[in-house]
Amino acid sequence: MTSTWITTRAWLLMLPLLIVMVAIIGWPLVDTVRLSFTDAKLVGTEGSFVGLDNYVKILSGSNFQRTLITTFWFAVLSVSAEMVIGVLAALLLNQQFYGRSILRALMILPWALPTVVNATLWRLIYNPEYGALNAMLMQFGLIDAYRSWLGEPGTALASLIVADCWKNFPLVALIALAALQAVPRDITAASMVDGAGAWSRFRFVIMPYLAGPLMVALVLRTIEAFKVFDIIWVMTRGGPANSTRTLSILVYQEAFSFQRAGSGASLALIVTLLVTVLAVAYAALIRKSAGVS
Amino acid sequence: MERRSLTASVLVHLAALLLLVVILAPVVWLFVMSISSTPDLIAKPLHWWPGTVDLSRYGVLLSSVANSAGEAFVASLFNSIKVAGMATVAALMVAVPSAWAVSRTPSVGWSLYAVIATYMLPPVALAVPLYMTLAWAGLLNNVFGLALVYLTILAPFTTWLMKSGFDSIPREIESAATMDGARLDQILRLITLPLAAPVMATAALFAFLLAWDEFFYALLFTSDQRAKTLTVAIADLAGGRVSDYGLIATAGVLAALPPLIVGLFMQRALIAGLTSGGVKG
Repeated sequence: MTSTWITTRAWLLMLPLLIVMVAIIGWPLVDTVRLSFTDAKLVGTEGSFVGLDNYVKILSGSNFQRTLITTFWFAVLSVSAEMVIGVLAALLLNQQFYGRSILRALMILPWALPTVVNATLWRLIYNPEYGALNAMLMQFGLIDAYRSWLGEPGTALASLIVADCWKNFPLVALIALAALQAVPRDITAASMVDGAGAWSRFRFVIMPYLAGPLMVALVLRTIEAFKVFDIIWVMTRGGPANSTRTLSILVYQEAFSFQRAGSGASLALIVTLLVTVLAVAYAALIRKSAGVS
Repeated sequence: MERRSLTASVLVHLAALLLLVVILAPVVWLFVMSISSTPDLIAKPLHWWPGTVDLSRYGVLLSSVANSAGEAFVASLFNSIKVAGMATVAALMVAVPSAWAVSRTPSVGWSLYAVIATYMLPPVALAVPLYMTLAWAGLLNNVFGLALVYLTILAPFTTWLMKSGFDSIPREIESAATMDGARLDQILRLITLPLAAPVMATAALFAFLLAWDEFFYALLFTSDQRAKTLTVAIADLAGGRVSDYGLIATAGVLAALPPLIVGLFMQRALIAGLTSGGVKG
């Protein structure tokens, strides 16, 4: 068999996938670009070419800026909390204790719970009249009146972040645990003999093994957090007073609630651009970590 | 493992207990809510454990009496199974041949990275044209239309998983069969695909769950019982004026059961996939 034939055969086998990808991803993406330069409505009018109008309006508008900041805080706070708690949990799960294998197995539960169910569950927990959080804090004497955790702009975003963090830190923990188990025993033992304390042991002996996988987890989680929609939609729909409105929620409102397909499309492309920058960083990191190990 | 002092050991056990409570408490509470009577759930101070176990809501949701909460729930349950099932089968049909081709022909490997890159795309980037096209084709609020859209997520995902699956099957087995005069279709049918069956099953399972959990497209493209999936039905319950919190919790428990069971039993495969996929890309 000639190598040309093998290559041709490979392309033929890939043809169904490529056709599907072009039809349901490639073409819609191109069409989103086209729409972003028009004032098209979701239903009815085709719209006409308006140049960069949509982009100018969005980038100079306060809605977008405020939403970008909200998204930024959601991503930074939830991802960094997930990383810290995840690594701490992994260090713990790497110790010896009774029931360790059961606890390791249970770590999968929050992650396996569908996002919508997780959001619904926490919405019930935060319920202002009958929620478990209010009941618990009251019984411990930590608050003297029930609060509306998701109903007040001051606490809504923080409450969402807790719910998101609970679901996602176990994933970081499991990835970090897998990396910890790759640290050779004799290295940690040798560093103890050399008199390294717990912190320097973590920093100089264990961290080099954790860095690669954690970087990957960090970037993947950050991309996910920038795209966040489900958990916020189910818990607050972006409210109260738009205090939890993230970029994906804003695109939904613009394109589907207000049916402005044109400016919705340009907003979606701005989000896509942000995510792409993160994804490129991801690819660079993977190449780097592959080169190191 | 080095020896620890008693204090250290006690601290580790306390920390483990704390982690156990953090992980389990919300899940257990969801279940407790689903079996508590409404008076227990709205009592002040709250009853953390029901006086009497009330399983009636499971009966309500799984019954199909016309115009009941159960009818809507059962309809969305079947829609979820149909959509996730069709999307999974379609994804495997396009993913398996291309994953094999990429695995055996490294020179076309770059196309795989292009396919995987699309997995990072935010769904909002495709949502508007997909909506317009489905509307034009009369496939809005239709299980076939939604399954087609789910291919945007499942096809890259399954191709990625299957490619690493084929990578672990030595190509020497295939070349040996070629020397014995077997044709390509015979090799694939009799040797490669049977060897890849476990990976294919895993890929199918995860793809199914991915579609099962999906919410954004389902929210956009479905509007009533003919196509609404479970996630949309639950979001409706949670956001609506339903005053029976136990009923919402019950719907959540039922929707969460399949992925929780799969997660617990397939943990090893799951973590292997996460870590190898994460590191090798």
